[in-house]
Amino acid sequence: MRSERAAWTFVAPALVVLGVFLVLPVCAALLLSFTDFDIYALANLDNLRFIGLANYVDVLRTPLFWKVLANTVWFVVLALPLSLALSLGAALLLNSPLARFKGLHRTALFAPVVTTVVAVAIIWRYLFHTRYGLINYALSHLGIGPIDWLGDPHWAMPALVLFAVWKNFGYNMIILLAGLQAIPQDLYEAARIDGASAWRRFWHITLPGLRPVLLLVAVITIAGYFQLFAEPYVMTRGDPLQSTVSVLYLMYEEGFKWWNLGRACAIAFLLFALILVITRVLLRFARAKDERA
Amino acid sequence: MNSRMTKWIVNGLLVTGSVVTLLPLAWMLSASFMQPGEASHAPPPLLPAHATLANYRELFLRAGMGRYLLNSFLVAGTITLASLAFNLSAGYAFAKLRFAGRERLFQLVLAALLVPLQVAMMPLFLLMKWLHLVNSYGGVIVPALATALGIYLVRQYVRSIPDELIEAARIDGAGEWTIFLRIVLPLLKPMSVTLAVLTFLASWNDFMWPLIVLSDQAWQTAPVALAGLSREHVQDNELMMAGSVVTILPVLLLFLLLQRQYLQGLLLGSVKG
Amino acid sequence: MGLARIAAWATMFALCACAPASNETTLKLWAFGPEGEAVGKLLTEFERAHPGVRVEVQNMPLTAMHEKLLTAFAGDALPDLCQLGNTWIPEFAVLGALEPLQAYVDQSSIVRRDDYFAGIWDTNVVNGALYGVSWYVDTRLLFYRKDLLAAAGFDHAPRDWDEWRRAMAAIKKNQGADKYAIFLPLNEFEPLLNLAIQQNEPLLLDDGTRGNFESAGFRRALDFYVDAFRENWAPAMSNTQIANVWDEFGKGYFAFYITGPWNIGEFKRRLPARLQDSWNTAPLPGANGPGGGAAGGSSFAIFRASKNKRLAWELVEFLSQVKQQQRFYTLTGDLPARRSAWDFAELETDEFTHAFRAQLELVKPTPKVPEWERIATEMQFAAERIVRGGESTEAALRALDAKVDEEILAKRRTLLARGGQR
Repeated sequence: MRSERAAWTFVAPALVVLGVFLVLPVCAALLLSFTDFDIYALANLDNLRFIGLANYVDVLRTPLFWKVLANTVWFVVLALPLSLALSLGAALLLNSPLARFKGLHRTALFAPVVTTVVAVAIIWRYLFHTRYGLINYALSHLGIGPIDWLGDPHWAMPALVLFAVWKNFGYNMIILLAGLQAIPQDLYEAARIDGASAWRRFWHITLPGLRPVLLLVAVITIAGYFQLFAEPYVMTRGDPLQSTVSVLYLMYEEGFKWWNLGRACAIAFLLFALILVITRVLLRFARAKDERA
Repeated sequence: MNSRMTKWIVNGLLVTGSVVTLLPLAWMLSASFMQPGEASHAPPPLLPAHATLANYRELFLRAGMGRYLLNSFLVAGTITLASLAFNLSAGYAFAKLRFAGRERLFQLVLAALLVPLQVAMMPLFLLMKWLHLVNSYGGVIVPALATALGIYLVRQYVRSIPDELIEAARIDGAGEWTIFLRIVLPLLKPMSVTLAVLTFLASWNDFMWPLIVLSDQAWQTAPVALAGLSREHVQDNELMMAGSVVTILPVLLLFLLLQRQYLQGLLLGSVKG
Repeated sequence: MGLARIAAWATMFALCACAPASNETTLKLWAFGPEGEAVGKLLTEFERAHPGVRVEVQNMPLTAMHEKLLTAFAGDALPDLCQLGNTWIPEFAVLGALEPLQAYVDQSSIVRRDDYFAGIWDTNVVNGALYGVSWYVDTRLLFYRKDLLAAAGFDHAPRDWDEWRRAMAAIKKNQGADKYAIFLPLNEFEPLLNLAIQQNEPLLLDDGTRGNFESAGFRRALDFYVDAFRENWAPAMSNTQIANVWDEFGKGYFAFYITGPWNIGEFKRRLPARLQDSWNTAPLPGANGPGGGAAGGSSFAIFRASKNKRLAWELVEFLSQVKQQQRFYTLTGDLPARRSAWDFAELETDEFTHAFRAQLELVKPTPKVPEWERIATEMQFAAERIVRGGESTEAALRALDAKVDEEILAKRRTLLARGGQR
């Protein structure tokens, strides 16, 4: 089997890397999550104990975990529809035969996606400044009083949402644009001949045609938004009132600030399970609907 | 509603959208040329009163930004080239070569796509410590040498290459690596450029793992150093804007140059999935 | 030879190429931002006296230093020596990361214990062993605007809490709705901690295994702190939200700021010339007269993993010389840890330092448990929940003690009970 051996030389390097640096650590993380690995254990392994599910029980009993989970869900709930609506709107505009300078606009709208999140978070932190920020300045012209964006626990998460949506909507816009272009033009022609209004064409042709793409985009976006980290790390450090601490931020602090690695691993797996369940449910729900249709 | 008005509305919305989207970036650029403290006034100034390069000078001479940018270039460049080699060969094999367990292994690769990397971070750090790769370029590079997404993308693309081409070469007695290097690789050129841009941008912008594994400033990448600087110099906004400019500029330029390839890759990764 | 293998070689090469290939000894020193910048200027003389030695200084942002050090410890990536906040010494001592220094001090003609402020030296001692040599001392006290205080009818800085309250109320009234009397950043635990440590009740009980935050003393300090926000004397802000502390102090956005000696230099440099006569420092008021504060500052610590401990110690000795301490003061405004270094014209003529000298007699160390940093962080979260979240003080303190006892100190209790290391 000479060709089989050759084949292995092709895949082995990549598989070794994935195996050693991804699969192995994931399995180890599962083991770690059943121990109380912390700074004492780091100093001396004699201080390491196997504690079964205690980390999971502890985490689930900590009010802070539920708070950060609620923060994260709140972020996703706010950001997802806003993000999808904006992406879809931009894609529709770019797809319109009436639009001019499409390439230019596409580039401009997409630019935030390629920027470095840390760098743009620094900009936005300043745009959100209560007294000197451009955002409050602009709002003051609309008669809206200064909002303490990053200092008011009610506004801090929406502020992060605005930032994240600005940063990410271009990504989905491109995918949706491709989805729009894949919808056969003759469907629109036929509808137009039948005298269907623009709104009806959107509702009966565009949206059904985009459904699989929209679903995909939603799944990608949800999975991505649940992994919120760099935005609060740079913009708020979890302030105010820990209202912008996300699950991943909590994991980072438990793990790499306080070195409770065991508990951090448990948090990571809880998040992983949550993302898996939500995306699965979403896909199954969509599939069930497809079958009915 | 007549079509003329629709045209105005469509284009008006597009222009507004683009301007609003670019405004934060434009303001960053403008503020980076302001005098220290100048941006902290109400109403916020849009343009510098007396443009200065002082922030950039401070950034490179005192804050050592040059070193961090170099680190970023080396790390992202190495990851791009090396992971390209790993992913291209593996993706090709999964598409066109036959070996025992191929389908099951590929299922595993697909499963790896679903795992958020953060789950692996804690043990990965201990592993890196054991390998003496903490605080070295290697700590960031090695885990990124192969990615499930890269392998998957290549495999999808390679499947569109006709088998006959490869079979013909095989009948001529060419070895598998010769076939890959002489025949397949040239066909993969557009794909490689796309994958390279995607990888470079992703590694340049990567934050969480480099933050964890590079505590020594000497090895820090630009985003990690910038996050540190922004905590230390939380007061010096104009300086931080200059820091953001130099961190973003390389990726933005690369994107503008290779926009088509980049967007193609993005679509390949999602729509065909 | 596959492409993959070429790539692997190329990678290996890239990884190895970055190791320095010279035979000079590099001594790595980590320091906080401003100290790191200044210490670099002192090192030329040391390097001249030690040919073939290069000292590499790294500046760490103060807010990230603690997690960086722990990460470096976990990753075997610690430097040779480091500026260690003296509240962190117990933690790194328990981790076994620090080299015990008593033997070095015994042989030293430069580092002499009796020349150091006793309370500050004590912070370097954990379970009877010495792990650090104090570099500079600090304690947080009041920076205030003389002119704003005078405009509100006060000719001197407040000395006790009653006077302080009256001053803040008067300043706030005078300055109007969009300005404040004091800035207490809600994401910094130090202001509250300093008020709390003035009290007679200890912060932790039972050999540092249980929280004592429901005690009357802590309650007193917390009430004073929370009142400043309730009365609208302090803005409910974090320091990430304020554009620039020095600018805002100059603009009169607030008149009191609780901070340390490093800010003397910053205020001198960053405040406009016309304001230089309009500010001063004062000892932190206590419930009845000057109350003292937490023994702060930084020590030099040498890491056990260092391969150049002897050389690192020589650097510690060099920087501990009276002359270097004085130069360091000139560069940073950081106050020397040795009494003999205070015998220095520049310090005597600098009126901003006098309050510190007075307060240094009253400082107390924070609890010496490795978990202290985390406990202090939780304490501040509790205060923030009261101020920003409207939680009742009772509930917040009950939750704080519960969190400290059940979550943070549980393992320490187990290990102590087992007779393990502490």
